[in-house]
Amino acid sequence: MERIEQLRHTYLRHDKKFPHVWCPGCGNGIVLGSLIRAIDRLGLTQDEIVLASGIGCAGRMSVYADFNTLHATHGRALTFATGIKLARPELTLIAVMGDGDATGIGGNHFIHAARRNLNMTAIIINNQIYGMTGGQYSPTTPYGAHAATAVFGNLEHAFSIAELAVTAGASFVARGTVYHVPELDRLLEKGIAKNGFSVIEILSNCHTQFGRRNQMGDPVTMMRWLKEHAVPAVKAGDLAPESIEGKFTIGVLVDREKPDYLKEYERVRAEARQKAAEAKP
Amino acid sequence: MSGTGAGRRVLLQGNEAIVEGALAAGCRLFAGYPITPASEISELMSLRLPAVAGTFIQMEDEIASIGAVIGASLAGVKSLTATSGPGFSLMQENLGFACMAEVPCVIVNVMRGGASTGLPTSPAQGDVMQARWGTHGDHPIIVLAVSSVADSFEITVHAFNLAEKYRVPVIILSDEVVAHTRETFVLPGPDQVEVVDRMRPSVPPQWYKPYADNSRGVPAMAAMGDGYRHHVTGLIHDESGFPTQRGDEINALVRRQFRKITNGFFEIQMTRSFMMEGAQVAVIAYGSVARSAKRAVRMAREQGIDAGLLQLVTLFPFPRKDVDQVLRQCKAVIVPEMNMGQISREVKRVNRRCRIITYNRVDGQLITPEEIFEELGG
Ligand SMILES: Cc1ncc(C[n+]2csc(CCOP(=O)(O)OP(=O)(O)O)c2C)c(N)n1
Ligand code: SF4
Repeated sequence: MERIEQLRHTYLRHDKKFPHVWCPGCGNGIVLGSLIRAIDRLGLTQDEIVLASGIGCAGRMSVYADFNTLHATHGRALTFATGIKLARPELTLIAVMGDGDATGIGGNHFIHAARRNLNMTAIIINNQIYGMTGGQYSPTTPYGAHAATAVFGNLEHAFSIAELAVTAGASFVARGTVYHVPELDRLLEKGIAKNGFSVIEILSNCHTQFGRRNQMGDPVTMMRWLKEHAVPAVKAGDLAPESIEGKFTIGVLVDREKPDYLKEYERVRAEARQKAAEAKP
Repeated sequence: MSGTGAGRRVLLQGNEAIVEGALAAGCRLFAGYPITPASEISELMSLRLPAVAGTFIQMEDEIASIGAVIGASLAGVKSLTATSGPGFSLMQENLGFACMAEVPCVIVNVMRGGASTGLPTSPAQGDVMQARWGTHGDHPIIVLAVSSVADSFEITVHAFNLAEKYRVPVIILSDEVVAHTRETFVLPGPDQVEVVDRMRPSVPPQWYKPYADNSRGVPAMAAMGDGYRHHVTGLIHDESGFPTQRGDEINALVRRQFRKITNGFFEIQMTRSFMMEGAQVAVIAYGSVARSAKRAVRMAREQGIDAGLLQLVTLFPFPRKDVDQVLRQCKAVIVPEMNMGQISREVKRVNRRCRIITYNRVDGQLITPEEIFEELGG
């Protein structure tokens, strides 16, 4: 308890920023807690962390944490983060986005950032809905689910964010939930420590917008749903396909080595310098 | 190409001169997406920046390009992007972020013809009002127009200096003719270029307020990672950078952002007078049209017509003081533009003391000296 108190004092901005805008029971606060513990465990200083976020409920996270923080435009957090990382490679870049933010309006930036492989971490809080704007369907709203703009049931099919990241080429991809908190701490720690583009998709509850429209109950009931539908990725291969129908995997999905963009760029710099020197009369 | 102390005579095209100007001004990051007629800027930057420990990156689109430029500037590195109409349209939202969060950066728009894909390889001046008002909401911005290769160098340096001094995005409007014309000019050596850097905070981090007012209305700017942890947002914010809904704080922010540009008006307003002494009829022009206008004025003077030219280098904030003088001095003013009349309306807003004649060309061709000469009464 004392430790939690200490972390709260160190990493949260107390003056004027609280009470926060999130609904009581929202999973976003759990993600913030996990993120702080992961950063603390990694021994990173607050000055070397840049927390960039997009727009939405998830995007509001950057206001509350005492790092270098950037509340960018909707869907564009990764583009700003790219510029910061290129300018200051020694900084640790973490981008927090909602599912709509990262895979709707920002989908193009997301896949290209994964492909490019700059060393940074993308955290996507997937609550399967556009929370902040009032519950319209997002690219991860399940087929048939109800939303403010899908009163008769969603006709579109959901992205699997983590699998999208794997295909796009991210170095590290994991999925967690706001129910499996100790594991989430570890996934975030691994993702941030990984040298390369890391993606951590976090399934979260938006009881206010998604839950209410889909009779999923209060935050506790929604978390129970997360608990009951999560299958550890390491076990999934051994299980009969029928038994995991309608469920999702959690844990590390991909952890691979790819050349780091900035390390490669050092080579470009060396070659360009040489070429420039040769060109001089 | 980087010279030593003294200047060197070089043969460059406008786009290349923009690269030289940016590098001379200390630009060390370029993020862009290919588009005609601006691509040469990207290409040359990809060659030159890594040689000076800078960074070039080709992003997935123009939205991402300006995003990366803003990010790099927040991290303390002067940055540039370059595009043309379609890409400039995509940049508008993040351009507004740069205005709101007061992030210095430079955006080059090499104008081409038409709305939409338009005329990719023809010159035009149709993006003037978009440069001023393209992003939503009230915001101050500086827009400069280049008319030659030498200008492309000099004005680019100046654009970076103004961006740094006032913490605003600065837009450079070039056009297809300036961009691709090759001309010789004297490229100054590094020591001959005046370079301005943003004011950094001098207070200890715990006292730092990233949006605090001061006499100039331009707050000191700390780079991310320098120990001055703070919040940067596109939301309306208070002095500390945090979102606010308080009327007094909202008012203070918006008005300070305008005041800093108003305070600097006379420094920002840049025009060039040519043969204006005794002129009875004048041309007010900018960009490559100003070149034709200069010729036309010379031709008119040879015919005994008292003609002059006011070339606008700064388009916004609109150089109304200098324009006002011309309108008071002359009987008639001609405003030739490669659009349906964008700056001419700004001229008319200054005063209506003399006849203001608009001359428009939108067929993808440059307005010729002869056309302007004819309007001058030749
Ligand atoms: C360009 C633009 N379009 C639309 C919006 C409105 N908007 C704000 S938040 C949001 C949805 C956020 O949903 P998501 O990313 O899933 O995050 P959540 O709120 O659920 O955490 C939208 C559409 C905006 N801010 N900017
Ligand atoms: S609307 Fe949903 S996502 Fe937003 S704060 Fe409330 S519960 Fe959380």
